[in-house]
Amino acid sequence: MWIGLFSDIHANREALEASLAHARASGISRLIFLGDYVGYGADPGFAVDTVMREVELGAVALLGNHDAAIEAGTRDMNPVAAEAIDWTRPRLERRQREFLSRLPLTFEDNNRLFVHASAHAPAHWEYITSVASASRSFMATRAQVTFCGHVHVPELYHLSPTGKIAGFQPVQAVEIPLLAQRRWLVVMGSVGQPRDYNPAACYGALDTERNALIYVRVPYDNETAARKVRDAGLPQILSLRLIEGA
Amino acid sequence: MKPQLEDGQVIDGFRLVDPLESGGMASFWRVAREGDDLPMLMKIPLLRPGEDPLTIIGYEVEQMILPRLTGPHVPRFVAAGDFERPYIVMEFIHGTSVKSLLEKTPLPSTEVAAIGAMIAFALHDIHRQHVLHLDLKPSNVILRKDNAVLIDFGLSRHDQLPDLVQEEAEGPVGTGAYIAPEQILGDRSDPRSDLFALGVIMYFLATGERPFGEPQRADNWRRRLWRDPVPPRGRNASVPPWLQEAILRCLEVDPEERYATAAQLAFDLQHPDQITLTQRAARLKQDDTITVGWRRLRMWRNPPVSMRRALTTHLANAPIVLVAIDLEPAHEALNHAVAVAVRRVLATEPNARLACINVLKLARLSLDKLEDSQGRNPHLGRLVGLKHWTRAIPLAPDRITYHVLEGTDPARLIIDYARQNRVDHIVVGARGASMLRRYLGSVSAHVVAEAPCTVTVVRAHADVAGESTENSAQEA
Repeated sequence: MWIGLFSDIHANREALEASLAHARASGISRLIFLGDYVGYGADPGFAVDTVMREVELGAVALLGNHDAAIEAGTRDMNPVAAEAIDWTRPRLERRQREFLSRLPLTFEDNNRLFVHASAHAPAHWEYITSVASASRSFMATRAQVTFCGHVHVPELYHLSPTGKIAGFQPVQAVEIPLLAQRRWLVVMGSVGQPRDYNPAACYGALDTERNALIYVRVPYDNETAARKVRDAGLPQILSLRLIEGA
Repeated sequence: MKPQLEDGQVIDGFRLVDPLESGGMASFWRVAREGDDLPMLMKIPLLRPGEDPLTIIGYEVEQMILPRLTGPHVPRFVAAGDFERPYIVMEFIHGTSVKSLLEKTPLPSTEVAAIGAMIAFALHDIHRQHVLHLDLKPSNVILRKDNAVLIDFGLSRHDQLPDLVQEEAEGPVGTGAYIAPEQILGDRSDPRSDLFALGVIMYFLATGERPFGEPQRADNWRRRLWRDPVPPRGRNASVPPWLQEAILRCLEVDPEERYATAAQLAFDLQHPDQITLTQRAARLKQDDTITVGWRRLRMWRNPPVSMRRALTTHLANAPIVLVAIDLEPAHEALNHAVAVAVRRVLATEPNARLACINVLKLARLSLDKLEDSQGRNPHLGRLVGLKHWTRAIPLAPDRITYHVLEGTDPARLIIDYARQNRVDHIVVGARGASMLRRYLGSVSAHVVAEAPCTVTVVRAHADVAGESTENSAQEA
């Protein structure tokens, strides 16, 4: 079975629609959302409604730090992220806010762990950007494969049978076998706000039978998404990021 | 400890039939499976406690890479075991290991070139599939009647997947006699490293000796960065200059000085008379101590820097371009247009090679004379014509070769030539659109329909001002 892994949608309707359509056309039969449905983008209500509908159909959705900030506040956020959350909060309906507040931090299934930021203290939202932070995540779980997002830059860490950890920048559309002898930490790219100098939306496709992973890139109408961010009066930089992919 | 394996034992549906000679890192069995005719081999890694971690990693690498490789130059992957019971089942290759040829060395130069070309084609095939072998040596090459098969991908690297070996190893990984200088310096991304190893194999086959000996310790591998080998002709006087040229070019320390691709090496080995001889071909002795000393000092002060490029980009920058030229005077305007098109194709490809083809068409039913009325070989005149045409092509002479092909069906000759030489791009002129051609089918149309690569068809037409211009249609 092919699973779709969607992380960091960030209220980007155009990217989400294009990615979902791509996933359906590619034979993805189950979805797992790794958090951060809101913040930064101009369509938070649409993003949350879409995820709610998928969850009713059997998808799994996890909590991200931006989703948590709707209720918990923006104390630990940078000013731009905080401004976007303060813009978002009054635009969500009560049922949407309640949905977000009930989301779990982690999900485990068949030796796989799914989490927004890191297996190490998931609610502390640590960024996995180095072998050191990857190592903390590896130590915190026994799962063979951990899937996370949060960084918006795709990276694949692996722990060898002899205890060495290395990172690898995945090549899009190339199937990577997640070999059984080692452990893997899959940092997904972002659906709605990529930061790896490639503005195309990123989602993951996992074949659970063969334990093989593909980082998929989907070009979408980022100019419309960027224009909506600008028109909404959100910080300029958030609009630019969608064009630059950085 | 796992129980000993024995004849008749069945593992995941594979019946162990016959134990084979076991290597240092794995044991090998012939295996059979109900309802499967493919001759198969099971490789079981020896994962003993305290074993070199590269044994485990090598097993992982092979499990990752072998299933992705296809074609006649690799054993077909059949199955792999799980974590508890590691093994790989693959096609069993019947043939002659190059290792078994070593006791018959030195081999005649034609045989060395033929084996070298077979191995080069196998390398080109895996390079095109994003894989660098990186441990090429005689025991890892099996020769069949028509092709070479590469085995043991335990130290290999897939250009688009994590390099598990790099991450595991503290220093360079390979086999002392065959490892390339850049691998010794920690670069595992250059396809020309495999050409270096192939150069060592050809040297061995041609002279009976290894160019750099058999250093076991990695500390001693570095010497080849400054110390050149004894030229093959210094060891075996019967090695022809062209073979020495090809071998020493493979053994250049700087990968930029080697052949750009395995296909280009194979091309030369298949056309020895077309190899441009340089000072490499003339050498009979190693460089003197002072030259070597300077080289060592330079190496120490400016260690070579790796220019990492994606493998496919590297191959794309070094195409073999074939151009078919009709030398009839009537086609002068067309030939001019073809030259313009070829210049355009070559403009962005610094490592391209150009093979200029002219077809000597034989009548189908008569026995053609090999000489013209004045007793001259017609090939000669055509080679002169081809060389004259290439004056319009700004490419170093050692990158251009000339070939006159004979046969009744020009299109078929061009297509077969392109296939045999792994040509990447064909440029051919369209000689007009007469009724006859429309009914019989033109050469260019036939080439476009059946060529194994990209074809550019060039047209010439007189424009209003009377000057010929060209435009071309591309078919990929």
